[in-house]
Amino acid sequence: MPSVTDWLRGRKRQLERREPGLWVKCPECSEMLYRKDLELNLLVCAHCSHHFRMPAIDRIASLIDGEFHEIAADLEPRDPLNWTDVKTYPQKLAADREKSGVIEAVVAGFGSMGGIDVGLAVMDFFFRGGTMGAVVGEKIALLFEESARRAVPAIVCTASGGARMEEGLIALLQMAKTSAALTRLQAARLPYICVLTDPTTGGVSASFAFDADIIIAEPKAVVGFAGRRVIEQTIRQRLPDGFQTAEFLIEHGHADLIVDRHQLKAQLIQVLEILLPGARRREALA
Amino acid sequence: MNVIVEREKGLLELEQRIGDLKSLSEQHPEASFVNEIHALEEKYASLQREIFGNLTAWQKVHMARHPMRPRATAFIAALDEFVELHGDRAFRDDAAVIGGIGRLGGRRVMVLAQQKGRDTKENVWRNFGMVHPEGYRKALRLMRMAEKFALPIVTYIDTSGADPGIGAEERGQSEAIARCILQLTNVRVPVVASVIGEGGSGGALAFGVGDRIIMLEHAIFSIASPEGCAAILWKDASKAEEAAARLKLTAGDLKALGIIDEIVAEPLGGAHRDVEYTVASLLREQGRALDVLSALPIERVVEERYAKYRHIGSWQRENERMVRGAT
Ligand SMILES: [Zn+2]
Repeated sequence: MPSVTDWLRGRKRQLERREPGLWVKCPECSEMLYRKDLELNLLVCAHCSHHFRMPAIDRIASLIDGEFHEIAADLEPRDPLNWTDVKTYPQKLAADREKSGVIEAVVAGFGSMGGIDVGLAVMDFFFRGGTMGAVVGEKIALLFEESARRAVPAIVCTASGGARMEEGLIALLQMAKTSAALTRLQAARLPYICVLTDPTTGGVSASFAFDADIIIAEPKAVVGFAGRRVIEQTIRQRLPDGFQTAEFLIEHGHADLIVDRHQLKAQLIQVLEILLPGARRREALA
Repeated sequence: MNVIVEREKGLLELEQRIGDLKSLSEQHPEASFVNEIHALEEKYASLQREIFGNLTAWQKVHMARHPMRPRATAFIAALDEFVELHGDRAFRDDAAVIGGIGRLGGRRVMVLAQQKGRDTKENVWRNFGMVHPEGYRKALRLMRMAEKFALPIVTYIDTSGADPGIGAEERGQSEAIARCILQLTNVRVPVVASVIGEGGSGGALAFGVGDRIIMLEHAIFSIASPEGCAAILWKDASKAEEAAARLKLTAGDLKALGIIDEIVAEPLGGAHRDVEYTVASLLREQGRALDVLSALPIERVVEERYAKYRHIGSWQRENERMVRGAT
């Protein structure tokens, strides 16, 4: 297994190339934010608390104590349908690898969180809109199986537009693959916590995301089954503001709690400590 | 507009003319129309072969949506017996799902079906076969009952997709579908799923995870409707025909991909041309599958189901791509 600190450093370099520019405009309050400050603040606007979408690598760095041992890091999709539209599917994948600094829409692995060993998978919306194909399904399934084998809880941070069109029904069936693997974790009576981040819809929300024991959502994250555009076309009217947000989920009873990104790690640790009093603890790293 | 209904018009005209000539020759036995009738019948047969012999993916989409296509009720009516069980015990009874216990060729079964309407009135009642969360929760309740009483589960899939409305989101459409899929992946009874018309997206998959997946010849099973796929990828729903061809959503394509197990042949011209034959063929195939599965210990059935779903979708290693030089 490659050293994870190196891995993180390598990925981080790629990330810096992704979006040049020193300043970022907050889409919520229009404030100009210094990029370095924004990153130090976990990509949360210091003025209005708007949570920017977070690349998987930054998320992992914000949650894991020290080392992160990525699993199945080198898995890449095949092209089962020989898909071509304006570009071929492999061309689209190559472009997104360049853009996002990750080689698929989820990064999965093991590390510790406040000294508790956990399995963690983080989806990356910057890679093909976080869509799930065979590789995403495989990594999530491996995370559940391997967490069960190591007797550690699993945490998944979702960000996904759903199943990936270019892999057709194979992508849809990853909903069943990930669910099947989850039953292993459930049988071992290990906690599975899902963190819904902006946006989580379609085949991901309608499979492992909402099967979690505890469902946490980031403030104002958009989460739902059908996309907003599809619903508006169906009912032929504009949807109200706040529809399908984290707050909407809480109001209608579909999530347990909304947690600000700065408190997320502490909240996860608290929940895990209560659910797993005998959890294997390491010396917590600073 | 249904492209199959359009293409059928010429056939129906010929059918009419043949019928007229036949009754004419019965009324006038002295005049012989044998040659005319024969010629028309030959023309009919060749037109039928021309239209239906090699349907495109797009035409199959329309065959799957044909207004006369047999609905789930046609198959349920052919069971030895059936007791419909209503409601999710929480919100209401969803008429887009028909669930209940019965016997299929003598075998005890739990039936879960998605039901489209036949006419406007029934479609309003059945919500065009688009299931709400309470429909999935009714199904989930019955899946658990099936396990409790050791009833193999038989499903009939026919939906353009789960209901995409405000109420469905408020009541947790995602969670409802997710729980059905999870339950089917490890329910401790055999599951035989059949796609009889449209198998649209996650809303169809909630009934479509099982030990054997059977499709009628002209049914489709897809990650999204072709219209939805075109809208999502190209922001242009009019490219649906192109999407249909790319998505590999026909029974033949899916069998070749190893995703489904059996294809049940339909009569030339589609299931609606001979409903009785279609229903009998599918029930026979379902019965065969149930017999094979019921002969195995349930542990093995569940284990094989796990292995099957666990291995759907292949990948390559990063270095393999590098070696091949693909980008
Ligand atoms: Zn702001």
